[in-house]
Amino acid sequence: MEISNLQKKLNEGKFVITSEIGPGKGTNLEFLKEAEILKDKVDAINVTDLQSSVMRLGSLCVCHLLVEMGIEPIFQITCRDRNRLALQSDLLSAYVLGIRNVLCLTGDHPILGDHPESKPVFDLDSVSLLKVASELMEGRDMKGNQLDGKPSFFLGAVVSPGYEPLELQIIKMEKKIMAGAKFFQTQAIYDLKKFEEFMKRVEKYKVPILGGIVLLKSAGMAKYMNENVAGVTVPDRYIEMLAKAKKEDRVKISLEIGAELIKGMKDMCSGIHIMPLGWDKYVPELLYLSGLI
Amino acid sequence: MIYSELKPFDEILKLLKEEKVFLILCNGCAEVCKVSDEENIKEIEKKLRENGKIIEGKVKIDFLCSKNLIIRKLSRYTEKLLNSSSILVFSCGIGVQCVSKMIDLPVYPATNTVYLGGFQGLWPGEERCLECGTCFLGITGGICPITFCTKQLVNGPCGGTNKGKCEIDSEKDCGWALIYEKLKKIGKLEILKEYQEPRNYKLVEVPSNLRKKVFFDIDKNEEL
Repeated sequence: MEISNLQKKLNEGKFVITSEIGPGKGTNLEFLKEAEILKDKVDAINVTDLQSSVMRLGSLCVCHLLVEMGIEPIFQITCRDRNRLALQSDLLSAYVLGIRNVLCLTGDHPILGDHPESKPVFDLDSVSLLKVASELMEGRDMKGNQLDGKPSFFLGAVVSPGYEPLELQIIKMEKKIMAGAKFFQTQAIYDLKKFEEFMKRVEKYKVPILGGIVLLKSAGMAKYMNENVAGVTVPDRYIEMLAKAKKEDRVKISLEIGAELIKGMKDMCSGIHIMPLGWDKYVPELLYLSGLI
Repeated sequence: MIYSELKPFDEILKLLKEEKVFLILCNGCAEVCKVSDEENIKEIEKKLRENGKIIEGKVKIDFLCSKNLIIRKLSRYTEKLLNSSSILVFSCGIGVQCVSKMIDLPVYPATNTVYLGGFQGLWPGEERCLECGTCFLGITGGICPITFCTKQLVNGPCGGTNKGKCEIDSEKDCGWALIYEKLKKIGKLEILKEYQEPRNYKLVEVPSNLRKKVFFDIDKNEEL
């Protein structure tokens, strides 16, 4: 059975680096250049699925384009806008299109996006989606019907170490593992001490965890995240560093903060997941500063 | 009128992990649907005893959707309630939620509330029970994940909960945060770890027997 490079490296206990691209709104494929920059620097690239519930080019199609470019994709699939028929069918399609890594998510509510009037689906959730994907891998659909040819996936999920109450988040994580999650990517980490405590609490599951990195582009962005992004707390120290920096030095400071976090978490987890949010061109430098390349 | 049906006995037994149980019956809609009529209850009491359960007490309250009635009536049963380790409720989903709101014991629904196409009689709104046909209140500490969670999730919260509030509205409580607090309070957090099957949307359709009986009464009257 063929396994993904990501799975192989994690199985061998090697440190992995994943990153992420977001397809554009329309048919322009310019954004694939971002993936090209990351090609030999990272082990796999997530493709977001209508991130923030904004209608865009689809994750399934872009994952396939990455496969054709010789880049290993991680197919993000959410339950926001597809019922159980479509989700199962898209999983089969993904396999046929050469996609092996799948990240199962519940998805943002459509109200948060650019089509707030749309019907929210959420027929399945992240946990039941993982279970259904596991069942497809065993050669049957969720009703127990036999498949003619079965897929093979490396299934992943997300976890938020800064979530309050953490116990509730860990219960959900455990359910995801029971349902078939073999690796986790985390929400952005800024508090290494909290992350270490989280890692200690979930050590017992023996599942690879990739620490999330989001580059802070400005003090304003950091404050916005503190206010609005669940489970994210950017320490005042970083906000001050960014606020004091001259405009031309901001990228440098941002990369320094990123590198400090990566170096700090490197020995605690199985890898890192970088969400550049458009700053893909700085990822190679970030990895260099972090001592990873 | 809200229509409810008894859950299969095996399902009730699966929910009811405690030994000592107190039964609360609604004398309103549930009585009309026969889920809380004497025959039914006797049969269930017998089966519960056969399965090693101790029935600490039983009370029928006119309308379980009225908190005042519940308080007044239950105050006479304080001792028996204190002796019980769980409560089994025979009513619609709203009655189960009312009881659960007032007593910090595990409260389980003996029924599923069945869809009548939004026909909710005297109850002023759908904010508490959507008549989904698969009552989840027994695994959520009496807080409905269908009406309290914007995404109607049944396996725990999504990642959007921020400081206990919902991702779509910072003033709306996250239903799963409330469920977590309640289950923690009654010492039943382990229930949260159980996998919940995806919902059965076949039940979000008025059953044909009820459609004839209830929903199209208006049409019939017009024909007269």
